[in-house]
Amino acid sequence: MSTELLEVVDLSASYGAVRALDAVSFTVPERGFRAVLGANGAGKTTLLRTLTGLHRADAGRVLLDGEDITRLPAERVITRGLAHVPEGGGVITELTVEENLRLGALWRSSRRDRATEAEVLDLFPPLVERLGRSAGTLSGGERQMLAIGRALMARPRVLLLDEPSLGLAPLVTKQIFTLLRDLRERTGLTVVLVEQNAAGALAATDSGVVLNQGRVAVEGPSTDLLSDDRTRHAYLGF
Amino acid sequence: MDHFVDLTLSGLASGAVYAALALSLVIIYQATRLVNFAQPAIALIAVYTAATVAPLTGSYWVGFVAALTVGAAAGALVERFVVRPIARVSQLNGIIVTLGLLLVAQGGVGMIWGNEQHGFSYAFDFVGRPSPADVFALVSVAVVAALLFCLYRFTPLGLRMRAAAFRPEAARLSGVKVGLMLTTGWAISALIASLAGMLAGPPFISPNVFDIVFVYGITAAVVGGLDNPFGAIIGGLLVGLGMSYVSGYAGPELATLTALALVVLVLSVRPDGILSRPTARKV
Ligand SMILES: Nc1ncnc2c1ncn2[C@@H]1O[C@H](COP(=O)(O)OP(=O)(O)OP(=O)(O)O)[C@@H](O)[C@H]1O
Ligand SMILES: [Mg+2]
Repeated sequence: MSTELLEVVDLSASYGAVRALDAVSFTVPERGFRAVLGANGAGKTTLLRTLTGLHRADAGRVLLDGEDITRLPAERVITRGLAHVPEGGGVITELTVEENLRLGALWRSSRRDRATEAEVLDLFPPLVERLGRSAGTLSGGERQMLAIGRALMARPRVLLLDEPSLGLAPLVTKQIFTLLRDLRERTGLTVVLVEQNAAGALAATDSGVVLNQGRVAVEGPSTDLLSDDRTRHAYLGF
Repeated sequence: MDHFVDLTLSGLASGAVYAALALSLVIIYQATRLVNFAQPAIALIAVYTAATVAPLTGSYWVGFVAALTVGAAAGALVERFVVRPIARVSQLNGIIVTLGLLLVAQGGVGMIWGNEQHGFSYAFDFVGRPSPADVFALVSVAVVAALLFCLYRFTPLGLRMRAAAFRPEAARLSGVKVGLMLTTGWAISALIASLAGMLAGPPFISPNVFDIVFVYGITAAVVGGLDNPFGAIIGGLLVGLGMSYVSGYAGPELATLTALALVVLVLSVRPDGILSRPTARKV
């Protein structure tokens, strides 16, 4: 019926008495590239964590291709095609680069998936000569590549990213955004990008959702959000 | 010189047992940051299982396999039904909980089998230098350590277990069932503790038979670094040799004190174990 791949309906979540998400609703179409913006503490990380089952939803629903995955445990969510690169990347520094990548594909099969590994390494050439090294020796940018690479090893339909630009030089951030766009064009991947860097994210994405204190404040095409001075001043700080 | 060789061989054989116990502690410590004082309880359940099954079947080896199986199952059950639920509802110190389990197990074993000593046989002949029993201790612990290394390093299960131990949340996002990995880790750890029990039990077992052995096992784990499986093995052998030389040359009454001194020394010079880099002290 609908072409919406990910549907979030009135999603609420809290930490004790503190309500971090308040009836958040939005959708992401198949092959969509959507930004989720907002100030510190707006609820962006909580939103992604609730989508993938790391945090419990108080109310509301998450639908992936029509299937209700709201109560699915986090370790099952990946099997439905929803991958999450958490804040800070979640690279396991005690493992080698190659082990981190292999881990991403393990849910599909215990056999090593060299084909996908080659595709992912094609996207991130700097990882190739570092495969045998401990992931703890990587630079911040390389770690973010590895984190995204590990998520792609799962061959997801939807990729959620939590501030991949954190701590990276503007040029590296731009490369990552460009890479995500390319991936969408080439493989049909659907991407939800959480960002503080609103200008950069809106330049790369098709549409954006702005969160403010756990609620959706504004949403719309990225170009509209970029050109709307009131939104920019009120929520995006540029 | 003969005396020295004797002491070295017997030190290595008992060191293998301490190494196995230390290894079993490290496996759990790496995954849960918990020093598991219930480990001698597992060993106890294992040897009493063997002491019950072996006479019934007339075979030491059937008893041996039963001991390891029951021990591993006990470890899994303890993790799933005691440690995990308690960790979820309260901050109660894990050490207290596992110590409590030890006391319950010792009491239970005493009630079922009695508090008096039972004869418990060696796997192989224990006379000679080195005796077949000594060789078996060293070889079996070496084989188990090698298998464990291969499991962790080269198999998908091992990769999942390491991911779950180091970064549970990232592991879950990659589809790893972290709870199942924890239970598996406890089962493997308990299996190794059961092996240590089978090696350390003879010639007599009683509910308190592993108290001292376990103290040396913890010593070995601390000396090697609670976070370091290789350290655990080296620590075990060092403690075994150390205890053997001290008892042989200075008298057995000094052995326990030596273990204590070793722990104090290591903790003050290299708090993370002998294989760690020396850490600069912050004043
Ligand atoms: N573990 C926690 N316990 C209690 N409150 C929390 C916790 N994590 C987040 N919060 C609160 O929930 C609200 C939303 O936090 P969240 O981390 O989702 O924001 P964010 O938009 O990701 O912020 P940032 O841009 O700084 O990463 C904030 O008010 C925060 O203080
Ligand atoms: Mg955040």
